[in-house]
Amino acid sequence: MAATQPITAYQMRRYTIRTAIYVVLAVFLLMFIVPVYLVVITSLKDPATINLATTWNLPEKPFWESYAQVFQAFSGRLQNSAALVIGATIFSSVLGSINGYVLAKWRIPGEKFFFPLIIFGMFIPYQAILIPLFEFMRDINLYGGIPGLIVIHTVYGLPITTLIFRNFYVDIPDEMLESAAIDGANFFRMYTQIVFPLSLPGFVVVIIWQFTQIWNEFLFAVTMTNADSQPITVGLAQLAGGEAVKWNLPMAGAIVAALPPLLVYIVLGRYFIRGLLAGSIKG
Amino acid sequence: MARILIENAVKKFGDFVAVDNVNLEIEDQEFVVLLGPSGCGKTTLLRAVAGLGMLDDGRILIGERDVTYLPPRDRDISMVFQSYAIFPHMKVYDNIAFGLRMQKAPKKIIEERVAEVAELLHIETMLDRYPSQMSGGQRQRIAVARALAVESKVLLMDEPLSNLDALLRLEMRAELKTLLARLATTTIYVTHDQIEALSMGDRIAVMKNGRILQYDHPTRVYDRPAHHFVGGFIGNPPMNFLPALVEKHEGKLTARIGTFRITPEAMLNSALQAYEGKQVIMGIRAENMEALSIPADDALEVEVMVLEPLGAQNLLTIHVGQETLKVSTHPDFTAKMGQKIWLRFPSSKIRWMDKDSGRAIVPDLEKVMA
Repeated sequence: MAATQPITAYQMRRYTIRTAIYVVLAVFLLMFIVPVYLVVITSLKDPATINLATTWNLPEKPFWESYAQVFQAFSGRLQNSAALVIGATIFSSVLGSINGYVLAKWRIPGEKFFFPLIIFGMFIPYQAILIPLFEFMRDINLYGGIPGLIVIHTVYGLPITTLIFRNFYVDIPDEMLESAAIDGANFFRMYTQIVFPLSLPGFVVVIIWQFTQIWNEFLFAVTMTNADSQPITVGLAQLAGGEAVKWNLPMAGAIVAALPPLLVYIVLGRYFIRGLLAGSIKG
Repeated sequence: MARILIENAVKKFGDFVAVDNVNLEIEDQEFVVLLGPSGCGKTTLLRAVAGLGMLDDGRILIGERDVTYLPPRDRDISMVFQSYAIFPHMKVYDNIAFGLRMQKAPKKIIEERVAEVAELLHIETMLDRYPSQMSGGQRQRIAVARALAVESKVLLMDEPLSNLDALLRLEMRAELKTLLARLATTTIYVTHDQIEALSMGDRIAVMKNGRILQYDHPTRVYDRPAHHFVGGFIGNPPMNFLPALVEKHEGKLTARIGTFRITPEAMLNSALQAYEGKQVIMGIRAENMEALSIPADDALEVEVMVLEPLGAQNLLTIHVGQETLKVSTHPDFTAKMGQKIWLRFPSSKIRWMDKDSGRAIVPDLEKVMA
């Protein structure tokens, strides 16, 4: 029945708009995919065959050697990055969660002053504090190693993790915590039994965010470490250094370096959107 | 034994006085309802008893213990919230067991108690479920079960039924009443629903603007309101109020409405004497007036505006001067719109009130005795 009806002007306009939207989306999709395509195919090419004329062509046969070389170049740095990102992510999310809980649910004198002050930390550029930070880390004997970098990233992560958790906890009804208080829960129990389990979606958001930020960070990674403690971003930069660049190596390196955050997102991603939306939608 | 004593309780929020010098004594195992419109301070008072908001002045005793400055967990209380406040990430069993776990009760005792209260509230088959899989009424039962499981001396309930639909509320009202009658707890129950208060409470404390206007048994609060506001707040339809002038007539103290005179009960004479020549307010309930279809000497002639047949009664709306009266009659009594009828006001059913303070004028006992 519906098929035999003539297409109205309204439907016509809707189809046109639809088509236009898809065309625009396709163009953007292409813009995002082209670099990824180039990185992947170049990483699989024999360096001898890489030249401008065949840039867009697929490799004749995959050249896996680059990946072996990259893993060798990254040896130790992958572990450094892993230790750094795991340590700093855990510390900054747990501390941010406790901060957020206190700021959202407890009345503390001066909170109107302290909360914006904490958030303010988010807007301090890394470069602005580089030299004092360097001197401070040296003074407390944490300069040059992964523990020092963990401390830096934990502190630098606190503003955003505190903000995310505070906004998350504002939506937990006060009555729920009051009820727990009447039933005999103290501050610590209320956090571990009620607040923490309820904030797992918040943790997913914070973990993905912090993991990506810390894993990708370069400035502190290159200035606050010595040769033994450099994270993977420094290693990646070194692959691209020198005059005659073998393009296959930085490409393969980029893929290896990009995989862990991608993996975290794939594993936790389905909670990510839910966590971001928490509060805007009532359960 | 847990008698609750609230003495001179004051709670302020900035300049706003939410609880204004309240005194309340609740007997052991008594069921007391705090009733009042929203913003009257009833929930604030309950929260003060729970320890969720410190009093600015006065003190609270539970049993013989002064708990004014104790945190909630040390007060031996449990509470049911309006929003139920059950934990969404815990199964029903864990919700009910929460308080006992916090008290570090042995596992065996926890199992026994949870099974016991779950059975009382008919949720024993749902212990493995999460609250999100349950209906509003069932969640309400979890909240009550959790409060009962800890077997505290005092049970506080903050509008526990107000989120349920009308039918379920009726059902839970009766069930809660029988349940609490069996348990040896002292209960404070907050509501703005006067029917709930009348039907459930051993005693009702009617609050307005942070003060308790009347604290008495439901029937006395209904029949003999101590304040203009209480009469108007309780009952459906609310109590009728008519202004009347106190006058001496033929040697007797009377109250005149227009040209119609009512003779108040003799025991009120001494108290009413002070009002001679002044206006007072006459309060009478709809069902306490007698409607006649023929004139009588002691009846006021009025005109029927509306007649609403409600099945068990007919409700008449009547104008007397500027005032509107609601009169409920036997369903057999019929009258047309605009028809004249006559109303009789039995003096024993009338509540006289001071026009300025709104307080009921009560017999001056000493003078009556003398």
